[in-house]
Amino acid sequence: MERNVFVSRRRIDGFDVSPSDSAEAHVLAVDDSLVDRKFIEQLLKISSFKVTAVDSGRRALQFLGLDEEKSSSVGFDGLKVDLIITDYCMPGMTGYELLKKIKESSNFREIPVVIMSSENVIARIDRCLEEGAEDFFVKPVKLSDVKRLKDYMMREVRFGTTNSGGTNKRKLQESCDLTSSEPSISSLSSSSSDSPSRSPISPSSAPSSIPTPLDSPVRRLKMTNTGGLI
Amino acid sequence: MDVMSQLQRQWLEHSAFLRKEGYLDDQFEQLQKLQDESSPDFVIEVVSIFFDDSEKLLSNMARALEQKVVDFKQVDAHVHQFKGSSASIGAMRVKNVCIEFRNYCEAQNLEECLRCTRKLQFEYSVLKNQLEYLFRLEQQIRAAGG
Repeated sequence: MERNVFVSRRRIDGFDVSPSDSAEAHVLAVDDSLVDRKFIEQLLKISSFKVTAVDSGRRALQFLGLDEEKSSSVGFDGLKVDLIITDYCMPGMTGYELLKKIKESSNFREIPVVIMSSENVIARIDRCLEEGAEDFFVKPVKLSDVKRLKDYMMREVRFGTTNSGGTNKRKLQESCDLTSSEPSISSLSSSSSDSPSRSPISPSSAPSSIPTPLDSPVRRLKMTNTGGLI
Repeated sequence: MDVMSQLQRQWLEHSAFLRKEGYLDDQFEQLQKLQDESSPDFVIEVVSIFFDDSEKLLSNMARALEQKVVDFKQVDAHVHQFKGSSASIGAMRVKNVCIEFRNYCEAQNLEECLRCTRKLQFEYSVLKNQLEYLFRLEQQIRAAGG
């Protein structure tokens, strides 16, 4: 298994930063819970990511330099952020609000954002994905979820897709949700009006040009919601 | 049986007991999998953070429920946090009490909320003792060369 041999930490202005020694992807993790921060940090390190963990949306924006309107996606010390993973429920600025701020920024909107939440709420997931989140992990986050993060980064590089990458997920969502009696169906169809028209897609006929996240966490929890629909 | 084997057997038995009785669930195993040579004390570190966090939350909950006019939303916020952190380390019984507790917060049922804080305090104390015993065994195993 790949290992990040972790030797020492630097503290830069209150941010805990892993050593920047290789070409490993750098993840900015945001969570107000100290327990969860420690946990996600370790999950990421074990999966060979560099990690910076902060305790609020505000701190995340500061780290990115969004607060000071810097014109590059580097944080302190020239550490480029390759992905942001954030808790949804946080005091002050929620993960959703942070997501919006990032997607509204011309400098940082390309950075993939993943939302984590202990609450498995369809409307919440929809809202996040529509706002441009790459994925939504239900807590507690699994090692397999984190390993999947590499796909989002690779996908960004290979296909150059950013928000349009969410289309695939919406298709899968639709095919799952159509059979459920959840009130969110109406919101789903109205929100998908700006996307290219499509027919309900079954898992086996999903487009093959982009790796289909058939077993992505979002799909997994959707299946749980609709009682194991495949 | 030498000391090491004895200790290891005790550790395995205690771990199995904690799982069987529902004190801990799969998530605790996930934590253990994250421990490696570069983070040899990871589990103890996370759990220690959990203990500190929990004690703070329990105290906050109790204080909130003592108020003349109880702010149930505030109580619920504390319970929600506790539920989250207990789920993260695999503290299943504690987590389940939190789930029950949240229902009573929503119903604004003071008596049941108070009962839940007592239940939570109890489950948390038991878990703490159980985990501390497990960690003591680990320390002994390491000291014996494991």
